[in-house]
Amino acid sequence: MKVKLIDIAHARSGDKGDAGNVGVIAYDDKGFEIIKKHLTTERVKKHFEGICFGEVERYEMPNIRAINFLLHNTLGGGGTVSLKHDAQGKILASAMLRMELDV
Amino acid sequence: MKDKIRIASGQGFWGDLIEAPYQQVTKGDVDYLVMDYLAEVTMSILQKQKNKKPNLGYARDLPPLMKRLLPVCKEKGIKVITNGGGVNPVACADAILEEALQLGIENLRIAVVLGDDIKDRMDELLAAGAELKNMESGEPLKEYKDKILSANVYFGALPIVEALEKGADIVITGRTTDTGLTLAPMIYEFGWDPKNYDLMAAGTVAGHILECGAQSTGGNFLGDWESIENFAEIGFPIAEAYPNGEVVVTKHENTGGRVSYDTVAEQLVYEIGDPKSYITPDCIADFSSIKLEDLGDNRVKVYDVKGFKETEFYKVSCSYSSGYSAIGSLTYSWPKALTKAKRADRILRKRLENLGLQFEEINTEFIGYNATQGPLSRELDEDLINEVMLRFAVRANDRATVERFGKEIAPLILTGPPSVTGFAGGRPKPSEVVAYWPALLQKTLVEPHVKILELK
Repeated sequence: MKVKLIDIAHARSGDKGDAGNVGVIAYDDKGFEIIKKHLTTERVKKHFEGICFGEVERYEMPNIRAINFLLHNTLGGGGTVSLKHDAQGKILASAMLRMELDV
Repeated sequence: MKDKIRIASGQGFWGDLIEAPYQQVTKGDVDYLVMDYLAEVTMSILQKQKNKKPNLGYARDLPPLMKRLLPVCKEKGIKVITNGGGVNPVACADAILEEALQLGIENLRIAVVLGDDIKDRMDELLAAGAELKNMESGEPLKEYKDKILSANVYFGALPIVEALEKGADIVITGRTTDTGLTLAPMIYEFGWDPKNYDLMAAGTVAGHILECGAQSTGGNFLGDWESIENFAEIGFPIAEAYPNGEVVVTKHENTGGRVSYDTVAEQLVYEIGDPKSYITPDCIADFSSIKLEDLGDNRVKVYDVKGFKETEFYKVSCSYSSGYSAIGSLTYSWPKALTKAKRADRILRKRLENLGLQFEEINTEFIGYNATQGPLSRELDEDLINEVMLRFAVRANDRATVERFGKEIAPLILTGPPSVTGFAGGRPKPSEVVAYWPALLQKTLVEPHVKILELK
């Protein structure tokens, strides 16, 4: 069964140097079980192919049903140097929610 | 000791809603107003302003804002804490005193936190063995030393606590962590021991929730954003803090926006790395320990926060000059808007190549098609695309190369694909690229100190 991430979670993103951070927050416990199992480092790395050119770090925050990702080498050199329209990674959260998970 | 204090966030960044601080002090009761003005790039801009005029280098919005706030804050006993002093907090305080004098305000004490600016101490610090290695690349600072535009350590809450202990009505700092602005009044009012790391972490988390202004009260909320009411009059966040470390995040009544479990949770994950290790000069906060409880009525309780001992280092933020960049744009219309824009991109690249110009980087994006989501953007039937904006950005080491690029945009209108417009802004101008150098510095090498300025 395919689950659209946007139906079970919301998210916020920002910049940390040349890395983007995306925190994904499940709306309920069931959603958190799904993202815990299926929203893996590999799945996220594949999703952001051609956007994220570095390592992906993944951190669980069960206290708020969230997973935080750090996408390294993603922002074209970081906030002040980047030539990207979205130099601060504000849109990475919406881009993440485009994902469909095979559950 | 007070049994609770209310700390209001007035600005999430320099450029935020100008009316917000005034609303925060007039629409309900608060004890403190905290305002964050400094982004990484801001410090270098302020340093350039100070180089030109020695009495500038701070957030220039602040003195006129304080002119408006001071009568209210004086009457209600609200203290103001801000890092808007930038690279010249004394000049900032002087300008505010001048406004106060004109208003006929008496009995005003402004404290200035100094010592964060290490730009003129570089040689001394390097000689003392500080390498100031780039935290991302590992390079030592030595070779970049002459290009440095600004260099500041991030102080935490404690210098502000000292300022409050000295009776300050207003505290002006240079580079201070956003979270320290909020934590400081809690330490001061509740007599918290700075070695009680759970309490330091509790105040730090409250600071994180407040530091981006309305981003915790429904602004930029990616959940059910359409259900957020009255964005136009959005209320900025208020931390209602208790001596035991519990904090209730709320906002004034009769304001727009929403404080709910979801809006606060979304701010908690903003710009964090490893949630177990949120490092500030005051403590290491564990964001995976935070508990949230939605109390209803725009009140969310934040509690049970765990913290650990602070590190031996201050974070340092240096900025240095790193070439020039410019962005040119043109808008192409249906039919075949995207095809036209892509063709224009190829023509422009060819012309730049023929001119023999050397760029560090060229980046093309097509606004209306892929500029925000890159390869994740859906392919569209081109007949459905009404228009596309070609956004063409370049970066080079020398200014002349970027300036020459700027002269190649307008000619495309008459020498390339048709149905193109949107060149009212003139030639794109080169702007200096300021790169950012994050590093660490032994705390023992820097000493914050507090200076008091007074109107009697």
